[in-house]
Amino acid sequence: MMLPLLDTAHMLAGGLVLVSFMMLYQDRLSALINLLALHALVLSLAVAWQAWIQNAPELIITAATALGFKAIAIPVALQRMIKRLGIHREIEPVVGISATMLAGIGLVALALVVMLRTTASAAPLAREDIALALSVILLGMLIMVTRRNAVSQVAGFMSLENGLVLAATGAQGMPLVVEISVAFSILIAFIVIGIFLFRIRERFDTVEVQALDQFRGERR
Amino acid sequence: MTALAPIAMQSLLATPALAAALLAVLPGYRAAARLNIAASLLSLLAALLLLGARPAPSPLFLVDDLNIVFLVLNSFVGLTTSVFSASYIGHELETGHLTRTHLRFYHAIYQVMMFGMNLALIANSIGLMWVGVELATLSTVVMVGIYRTHAAIEAAWKYFILGSVGIALALFGTILVYLAARPVLGTGVPAMEWTLLVRKSGALEPALLNVAFVFLLLGYGTKVGLVPLHAWLPDAHAEGPTPISAVLSGLLLNVALYALLRFKILLAGNRGTVDPGVLMAALGLLSVLFAALMLYRRRDIKRLFAYSSIEHMGIIVFAFGMGGPLANFAGLLQMTLHSLTKSAIFFSVGHTAQVKGTQRISEIGGLTASHPLLGWSLVAGVAAIAGLPPFGIFMSEFLIVSTTFARGPFLAAALALGLLVAFGALLTRLASVAFGAPRGPVGPVKASYVPSFAHLGLVLGAGIYLPPPLVAWFQHVAVLLG
Repeated sequence: MMLPLLDTAHMLAGGLVLVSFMMLYQDRLSALINLLALHALVLSLAVAWQAWIQNAPELIITAATALGFKAIAIPVALQRMIKRLGIHREIEPVVGISATMLAGIGLVALALVVMLRTTASAAPLAREDIALALSVILLGMLIMVTRRNAVSQVAGFMSLENGLVLAATGAQGMPLVVEISVAFSILIAFIVIGIFLFRIRERFDTVEVQALDQFRGERR
Repeated sequence: MTALAPIAMQSLLATPALAAALLAVLPGYRAAARLNIAASLLSLLAALLLLGARPAPSPLFLVDDLNIVFLVLNSFVGLTTSVFSASYIGHELETGHLTRTHLRFYHAIYQVMMFGMNLALIANSIGLMWVGVELATLSTVVMVGIYRTHAAIEAAWKYFILGSVGIALALFGTILVYLAARPVLGTGVPAMEWTLLVRKSGALEPALLNVAFVFLLLGYGTKVGLVPLHAWLPDAHAEGPTPISAVLSGLLLNVALYALLRFKILLAGNRGTVDPGVLMAALGLLSVLFAALMLYRRRDIKRLFAYSSIEHMGIIVFAFGMGGPLANFAGLLQMTLHSLTKSAIFFSVGHTAQVKGTQRISEIGGLTASHPLLGWSLVAGVAAIAGLPPFGIFMSEFLIVSTTFARGPFLAAALALGLLVAFGALLTRLASVAFGAPRGPVGPVKASYVPSFAHLGLVLGAGIYLPPPLVAWFQHVAVLLG
């Protein structure tokens, strides 16, 4: 009885890692946002599954926020935004896909080795979940550092944050999980609105972070 | 007196929260600035009251000998900065840098930030502490971008990206501590209660605590401004309004450091873990050396002092990393004096930049001749921060270097080298800004000198005479820090 329950949890968490890898090499902005929606969908399934096997109904709220907000509302808003900004067809050169993928594999291996060794005493379910969650977090960081575009950096941040939610739900009974996941969603909404507002006000003509670099005080 | 203690603790949170709500709807900026000052004053009174009587720790909140130091310092600098901010903001409104709507927003966020910091300081739950630090950080992100210039938005974006990575790492570290505590303390709230965690720290899984500390060090270290993670700090200081630079340097860095210290104490109680001090000392020393060298290439005056903050946080983290009663004592003293001095410097710099219309060092000169009060308070502040006697920082830096000499002569030599390099850079820059023929506009300045003089007076006083009760108190906290 116990084994299939765990297997499903592992499968969903592993699926999250897989989608993170797909995001890592996706160079089209609108495809990246679709993957982000998929990422949030897998997360909401994983959290709902945890809510069921842990008997923790409050986690359903977290799962519902992930589904309604991160898998539907934010991706739709981002798609419309990049259309309005005229960058939806843009292809963003991801520097050295093979090197990035290798780095990603290295990070996942590192996460598994570190977490499985150090959590020997923890419950088996929490153990693997936390290891996979750390992989998602590290891959999210890798997405953030390999991208130059503000929208894809936000996508990277959102996938990173999905990893955190996975870790927090995996650590059974942790207080504040629901509050933190809702607060993160509000934060992301503000960021997305912020990017859009600043473009409207034409304070900068591009959302490329590279172009922002030239305004640094030292080079004025 | 004791009956008042729970009320004082609640008002530390309630005052800024209520003030923020009021300030968000209050139209007039003068009234808002006054309300901001009044709320900060109330917070300070509450913190002072807690000095005398402390409420019993609850699962969520705690006032003990360690955080009361931070609470009093925090609310004092919060108050003086709100006084400085009132005159600074008036000028920004006149010159059209900020509109009235911006100001309403600015004052509300100021109190949200104070709320976040107070929450982080009095939280007993490590989860709540994380929430407090993050709330304070995110509210400063908004403040940094408030001018909406290219540079300000870039600084805010960078701060947000690096800050959110820090947020993620710190939360992950917190989750790991919870995982380590769950088998020992049981599921739910108790496994996040710091007082229980410390009591049972010997029974927690050491390997998990080690990994957790690495994440916490990187996460909270981002906010302390430790070197490989410092990139947001100079930009955020230079592009935001100067009161925010003062609060960032004087308070927010300390709050993040406080979170780190809590976890350091936690690890120290467990025999199986690595010594967290070694990691902290290494990062601290690296920050000192790097920031000292970077000081020479700065052309923007606020950036210059931002790098000086990185240097000083490096010294403080190094001192706490070395550990032991004497180094901890010196670290606490250095932290207190750095907060006071650096915010005083930013008060002077803010008015200077307003009157000169620029932050470029090459366009500011002869300040002591054109604006004697402003110029000399800047000179006094820089002399203090560079570690000249008779100011207090000389004493604390001397203590740190001399205690390190007994334990690691090479470390002490490296630290002393960093201090000297920074000293040279600061004094060269000071000479060109404060002395010589006046450069730039020499118009009159409407400044409030009280905050700056109050801070510098305290720093000077500490260098000449430290009251025995204060010494005894700091010594007691230093022992707690291990």
